[in-house]
Amino acid sequence: MADTHDEGPPSAAEGLGAAREHWEAETLAPVLQRTPERKREFVSEANIPIKRLYTPLDLGAQDYARDVGFPGEAPFVRGVYPTMYRGRPWTIRPYSGFGTPQETNQRFKYLLSHNESGLTVAFDLPTQIGYDSDAPQALGSVGKVGVSIDSIEDMKTLFDGIPIDKASVAMTINSTAPVMLAFYIAMAEERGIPLSALQGTTQNDILKEYVARGTYIFPVRPSLRLTTDLIEYCFRNVPKWNTLSITGVHMREAGANAVQELAFTIAHAIVYIDSALQRGLDIDEFAPRLSYSLGCYRDLFEEVAKFRAARRLFARVMQERFHAQDPRSSMFRIYCGTLGSTLTRQEPENNIVRIAMHALIGALGGSQAIFTAGLDEAFALPTERSARIALRTQQMMVDEFGITNTIDPLGGSYYVESLTNEIERRAEAILKEIDAMGGMVAAHESGWVQREIEESSYKFQRKVESGEHVFVAMNKYRAAEEDVPEKIETFRVDPALEQQQCARLAQLRAKRDAGRAATLLAQIEGAARGSDNLMPLLIEAAKARVTLGEICGVLRKCWGVHNPLQAY
Amino acid sequence: MAISQQRAAGRVRVVAGKPGLDGHDRGIKVVTRALRDAGMEVIYLGMRLSVEQIADAAVDEDADVVAVNFAAADHMQLAPALLEALRTRGRGDDLMVVAGGIIPDEDIPLLKGMGVREIFLPGTPIERIVAFIRDNAVTQRDL
Repeated sequence: MADTHDEGPPSAAEGLGAAREHWEAETLAPVLQRTPERKREFVSEANIPIKRLYTPLDLGAQDYARDVGFPGEAPFVRGVYPTMYRGRPWTIRPYSGFGTPQETNQRFKYLLSHNESGLTVAFDLPTQIGYDSDAPQALGSVGKVGVSIDSIEDMKTLFDGIPIDKASVAMTINSTAPVMLAFYIAMAEERGIPLSALQGTTQNDILKEYVARGTYIFPVRPSLRLTTDLIEYCFRNVPKWNTLSITGVHMREAGANAVQELAFTIAHAIVYIDSALQRGLDIDEFAPRLSYSLGCYRDLFEEVAKFRAARRLFARVMQERFHAQDPRSSMFRIYCGTLGSTLTRQEPENNIVRIAMHALIGALGGSQAIFTAGLDEAFALPTERSARIALRTQQMMVDEFGITNTIDPLGGSYYVESLTNEIERRAEAILKEIDAMGGMVAAHESGWVQREIEESSYKFQRKVESGEHVFVAMNKYRAAEEDVPEKIETFRVDPALEQQQCARLAQLRAKRDAGRAATLLAQIEGAARGSDNLMPLLIEAAKARVTLGEICGVLRKCWGVHNPLQAY
Repeated sequence: MAISQQRAAGRVRVVAGKPGLDGHDRGIKVVTRALRDAGMEVIYLGMRLSVEQIADAAVDEDADVVAVNFAAADHMQLAPALLEALRTRGRGDDLMVVAGGIIPDEDIPLLKGMGVREIFLPGTPIERIVAFIRDNAVTQRDL
């Protein structure tokens, strides 16, 4: 409990300890006897025991300058930049994309006209898994959860009239990230935009796809090679591109708790960094271009502490394990946002409040970009109206409540600092466990990561069932046992889009130089069997109107496909 | 008779999996585990499956129930394709198909009309899913 081995003046700590004991005996105990607390134990959502009260005694031997420090300096607990939101608020990043490239282009223009500061592209599943729209596997999926991109022509349409030398574009794409970036780069070159002007992010985090969400194609090792090809190519040619957004969000959605989310995200970062170092890159050449993404869940203080702990733990890993010199290499820059599993289908308007809390968590956590979901997330893709509410929510957070006036406003809270320490300690213990298993790739291969997540997911669900984890209007204060379907306007993708997209593809294949396309596919096959960086060839292929499915087909032939472990 | 007694004791056989390309498998994994905890035999096939793979497994495993999950707005294509695949394998009538996931309300009567027996939406207590499957799978076999 109270740590009396404080390095501060012994008399002060002892005095406080004595005062606390006095409070417990004289003031607290009689009240507890009369009216016990609501629960015997209070725990966070990651099962961290939460005390009744936190005081300076809980910070023990913490050395402020060393362990917390100042924003813009390692260990970055208080923020990665010296002025944080006083200089510039976080980037508001709605996630959008659906249907055909033309339709998403219109939504992008709508969002830009409403002062959105960055675009995030959602791709449909065939695009994420390397199938053309006319592949049999794509049936029913074209344009559904994101935009369908089969070729450079689709990429040109998607960004038509959008100033890509100024707008920052984030692409949520993993196993096919090198192909999508090749389409994007080839499109920029055809528009006469220098590669040095391009700024944005490819998620490119394939490892988490093996345990959550599952948009993998190839086995782990060739996938890592593709990831690293993209990193190396951008370092040399597209200097402002954020090559990798190492993402905990999907593992969290799959059921990982806050501590696991943090530990697994950093464990994945370690694998990518090792892989780039083996390629001969210097840590400070590529690490400043890595960014990170974590979810905003329900336990406000735990989530804020998670972001703060993430920055410190990552900075220590970068310095102690990788000996990074450039401070930017050690900055854990965070894109965060709503996790759909925090929202309810019952009384969906209540989700507006939940989503506002997610934005607040992101802001108090010092993140660099925030995504807020639509209130209709539990029904379908967001309508224009719900996308606007999500945007306005963040604009209110920036301007209406004074949140952005000072840096890390929860810093110094005895509770938040204690929780920051505890989350870091627990995440570090998981990293040690992973090291002992031979690293995160080995942990994946044995099925351990997946089992850990499933275990947490099941425990969480049990607490929802028992009512311990409350979702208002779902498992508490529910209007009626028999669900009356909520009247909510939902977004729907026109099924005819699938045919339109297939027709565009047929036209492209008819018009292009078939011989050149075949030659490039043969060259890609040769390079895939060798070790040269594939990016230059992918860009050439993009310009020759070779399609995503054709490229991935060749790579599947060379490398095979991932065979998921039967987890149970 | 022996079979139906066995089933009445709770040994319902469920084949579960995710058709299509979507990989949001948290819900179906939690449900399969709860079904297993409730004493059913559950064969979880995983995700990224074709409807033919699921139908083949339903035949091979002599399933009473096929439980699938949709979360990527592909249910209106994949659900009828799955039902058709079961019919062509002779399991169209004596096997119950249930689905869960992100499904708009207006699609629910359409899916039920096609032959999906029940749809479980986000927020459904798992006990209710377990009870529904146990009660209805038994009833169906006894008929």
